[in-house]
Amino acid sequence: MPDPLLPPPLRSESMTLNLGPQHPSTHGVLRLVLELDGETILRATPDIGYLHTGIEKNAEKLFYSQVIPLTDRIDYVAPLSNNLVYCLAVEKLLQLEVPPRAQWIRVLLTELTRINNHLVWLGTCALEIGAMSIFLYCFREREEILKVFEAVSGQRMMCSYFRIGGLAGPIPLDFHHQLDLLLKILPERFDEYEELLSQNRIWLGRTRGVGVLTPEDALAYSISGPNLRASGIAHDLRKAEPYSGYENFDFDVPVRQEGDVYARYLVRMEEMRQSVRIIHQALEGLPEGPFIANAPGIVLPDRDTMKTQMEALIFHFKLVVDGFAPPAGEVYLPIESPKGELGCYLVSDGSPRPWRMRWRGPSLLNVQVLSKLLPGHMIADAIAIIASIDFVLGEVDR
Amino acid sequence: MTDWLTRNAVFVITLAKIGLVLFVLLTAVAYLVWVERKLIAHIQSRWGPYRVGPHGLLQPLADGLKFLFKEDIFFPHATSRFVYLLAPFLAVTLGLMAIAVIPFGSGKFELLGTQTGLYIADINVGLLYILAVTSLTVYSVALAGWASNSKYPLLGGLRSAAQMVSYEIALTLSVVGVLLLAGTLSLRELVEAQQGHWGGLLPRWFIFPQFVAFLCFFISGVAETQRLPFDLPEAETELVAGFHTEYSSLKFAMFFMAEYAHMITASLLVTLLFLGGWLSPFPAGEFWAFTRYLPAAVAAGLAVVFLQDSFHHQPLSHRVLVILVGLALAGVAWGLFTGPALLELVQGPFWLLAKAAIFLFIFIWTRATLPRFRYDQLMAFGWKFLVPLAVLNIMVTSFVVAWGAD
Repeated sequence: MPDPLLPPPLRSESMTLNLGPQHPSTHGVLRLVLELDGETILRATPDIGYLHTGIEKNAEKLFYSQVIPLTDRIDYVAPLSNNLVYCLAVEKLLQLEVPPRAQWIRVLLTELTRINNHLVWLGTCALEIGAMSIFLYCFREREEILKVFEAVSGQRMMCSYFRIGGLAGPIPLDFHHQLDLLLKILPERFDEYEELLSQNRIWLGRTRGVGVLTPEDALAYSISGPNLRASGIAHDLRKAEPYSGYENFDFDVPVRQEGDVYARYLVRMEEMRQSVRIIHQALEGLPEGPFIANAPGIVLPDRDTMKTQMEALIFHFKLVVDGFAPPAGEVYLPIESPKGELGCYLVSDGSPRPWRMRWRGPSLLNVQVLSKLLPGHMIADAIAIIASIDFVLGEVDR
Repeated sequence: MTDWLTRNAVFVITLAKIGLVLFVLLTAVAYLVWVERKLIAHIQSRWGPYRVGPHGLLQPLADGLKFLFKEDIFFPHATSRFVYLLAPFLAVTLGLMAIAVIPFGSGKFELLGTQTGLYIADINVGLLYILAVTSLTVYSVALAGWASNSKYPLLGGLRSAAQMVSYEIALTLSVVGVLLLAGTLSLRELVEAQQGHWGGLLPRWFIFPQFVAFLCFFISGVAETQRLPFDLPEAETELVAGFHTEYSSLKFAMFFMAEYAHMITASLLVTLLFLGGWLSPFPAGEFWAFTRYLPAAVAAGLAVVFLQDSFHHQPLSHRVLVILVGLALAGVAWGLFTGPALLELVQGPFWLLAKAAIFLFIFIWTRATLPRFRYDQLMAFGWKFLVPLAVLNIMVTSFVVAWGAD
């Protein structure tokens, strides 16, 4: 029975806040339903599906080679990694050998993509925590990387440069020169970012001990990539199951034990430096040879042969009109994309179109862990955690 | 007519001064935005405003016009229409009111037969007045957050209410040390107490004996004006736009102007309290006499820069504009070089504004550099660091003052 002398207890209730789908820091159109007690989050429910593009379904209506431009648009921050995983999956289905030069350039460009992705990540994460200038510095360097992509493929973002069996074309003549310049400035710029952030008291206060992801949880939620390595598990597919010739490169896999936002930041910073190392090695040891496999019936013949040889013309015509039909079967191939384990699962029924394409994107799993990480934190931390976990809505919804 | 003017001289002159100061302040607010955009842009290796007028110099006008012509949305779910409209009005009024007691110099001049100085009002509790007016600002923010009847503004309003009340305490406590040394609340006398030089070189500004108080005051001042790293109430990436999310058009512009007016007031106040206000940093005497011509030299230098720069501008209108500004500056420089009375009069405002500009630069610089605090860290920093530090400063200062008095 309540004490009649005391005033009745104040009625209080939690507040439900819709963070997104249109909010400056939800990286697109993620909707988070937050239940708040003051500024403290009691429950967080991610709601996805605002950027559904139907890419997986669309792939079933296209020839194998026509799917490549679609994959660009899945994770639009790291398009070449998507190209790579798709091409590798189809090549595995076809048992197709890719010439070493193509493999090395693929490694080089996907590592450049990794730097590109991490720069975007660092910029937006810093912006979310209030450090506005870092954002513009990162995008300044990203612009230089996009210039390389443009020189190589003619496209800044949606490169579609990889083909089944190799590359779309040879690299430009001044490629080495361009990359040399880029590789000279990048490590300096990384130092510059670290100088602004790594020892900054406010940055440390905002990131240390915030959004701690334990190794057990990370495994239970099948988190991969930098987020997993920031939680103390040294798993990197480039080392564990090397693809595209990664076994030829010498690089370290950065690991941190803390599992907080700061650890995720440090891991990504170090990964960028390691990527620079890999690119250096790839540039120095770039093998000579063809940039695409010699596989008539699968790979388009080059223009000259097509104009002069009857057989090549027939192959060209057949490929464009009918596509190629890999043997029936299914294949799953994962790579280490900048965001984590990116897998492509293909089912072939022996027709020239994939019967089913399924994309195992790390972004979806990263978003999933938010409902685990956010409760107990304040809104400001929630923003930092969302930014630190790195996802792209295009890959979440596909 | 002249008769009437002379009889009501005080009234007329005060009105004219209010008009002039408001005009200058509002222009300064507009151009502070331009300076901020330009400075931050250059820090971030961008160009900033560039298209409207030479170097984007007409951008503030364009922005102002845009605010005027934007649709004035009255947020339909507002809790109370009156409070919703009151909030921006309160913000801008309080922001502009604080300037009333700022003295811009010690110079006196005669107008309509009356002696008058470079201030609107010289009241003996000027500092108290400024602290009172600026602390009322919290109402505008809290009321805006509440009246919008929306979740992000509400959170922004709550944050800012807590933040401003907390930092108000550190701000006021840090001033006490200066007050103990000067023994007055009048801003004019506070500055006059800083006259002279130690050892004939180091100015007797309060920043040197009261450095801790200066740091506390400036940090709290940044927090009071809600600028980065303390801009939580309107943290864009967290609360969309904070307390003014549901305001548009001129109502938003009012909040915007209030923030920048507060920045200017805070910078002026720091200058008055700690950097000797309008006093020249150079000692008096024959050797330093040439420094009296600095304002004229700066105007002349700027005139040369503008006139030389005019060659680079392509559209004729831009070139003419730059040349006109350059000629106006040259005229000012000429007037200063040839008119000793005028030169004497501008000494005060020149040094005051020059020193205030340093703080305005720091305001903008921190915004371009630092990340943002979290709400609880902000509170902890205010209550557990700044307030104890300010109290310690008061204790030490009062001990020294009492010891010296014996």
